[in-house]
Amino acid sequence: MYLREIIDLLSLWALPAVILIILTTAILRKVPIYESFIEGAKDGIKVSINIIPYLVAIIVAISMLRASGAIDSLSHFLAPLLSKIHMPADVLPLAFVRSLSGSAAIGIFSDIVSNNDINSYTSKLSAIMLGSSETTFYVLTVYFGAVGIKKYRYAILTGISADLIGIIMSVIVANWFFT
Amino acid sequence: MNYIWYFLIVISIIFGAINGTLNDVANAIFSGTQLSVKIVLTLIGIMTFWLGIMKIAEKSGIVEFIAKLLTPIAKLIFPDVPKNSSVIGDIAMNFSANALGLANAATPIGIKAMEGLQEINEDKESASDSMCILLAMNTAGFQLIPATVIAILASNGFENPTSVIVPTLIVTATAFISAILIAKLLGKIFPPIIKKEDNNVS
Repeated sequence: MYLREIIDLLSLWALPAVILIILTTAILRKVPIYESFIEGAKDGIKVSINIIPYLVAIIVAISMLRASGAIDSLSHFLAPLLSKIHMPADVLPLAFVRSLSGSAAIGIFSDIVSNNDINSYTSKLSAIMLGSSETTFYVLTVYFGAVGIKKYRYAILTGISADLIGIIMSVIVANWFFT
Repeated sequence: MNYIWYFLIVISIIFGAINGTLNDVANAIFSGTQLSVKIVLTLIGIMTFWLGIMKIAEKSGIVEFIAKLLTPIAKLIFPDVPKNSSVIGDIAMNFSANALGLANAATPIGIKAMEGLQEINEDKESASDSMCILLAMNTAGFQLIPATVIAILASNGFENPTSVIVPTLIVTATAFISAILIAKLLGKIFPPIIKKEDNNVS
């Protein structure tokens, strides 16, 4: 498979290539790269520490929500409604969790593909749903936490709306490509 | 955020009581704090490395070059950022890192861009319109190749893992563009609350 090889090569080289380009350009322009690295890197600890209170607040709340089983209960409740739009019940927890926790979303996805036929519509739909997701609440907390923003204004509403569009689009596109 | 946080916790406790999982919910508080610290510990290393690399990119003129290249588009999306500002370069590099699937690089660079936007932000506690748009660009999860998903599919014996690339790209591209448009629209509906000096006090 030719395409597969190109993608593997691209995934393999993306990171080393970026670093190589930056360092080589800098050396050619006589930038003191070691001193510059140390100068920039000093801020790393400070910025990361600033994030802790924001992160503890949101991660604890999300951990509690997942432990309570509320997501499973809600999925159970909504399943009959969603089967009408070609959205299998198995995929629903993924739709809820993908904005909350990246590792949990990967866990649910692995669970779906091992419990369903790997080449089934359910597996394909969940692949698209996971591949197009970003842990909105984590990004929100970390980015705003790092600079001390406390009032998020409409940022949460934007994130949730875009996630919802992502979920709906996943179902539409999966229907279009795989049924 | 106040209501969302309250809602998440109250829902957890109510469902914990209904499902008989209150003990798990209580334990989740402690495991959640542990997880947060674990994430931050990992982040310290990644942040330190990429902020170092970004300083090199800045001094060698790469950030400035990318900023100049993208200024026409950036002016449309981020009207309140000054022309040729290095913030535009940071935003562009954050977007590129996301597109290439380099999440570990995208977060530190995005935070650096956020710091740049915070410098020109008038109310330091409240997110500016540009900050909300940068956030929307990052929460939409745009990436060219969903490498993690392909790897999981391949390891489970999926016959043609690369077949999900194009559908996923359509979804992320739509979500990405809608995120920016929604942020733009909501910015008009909810303008920043400007603190006015009280001049009437005599």
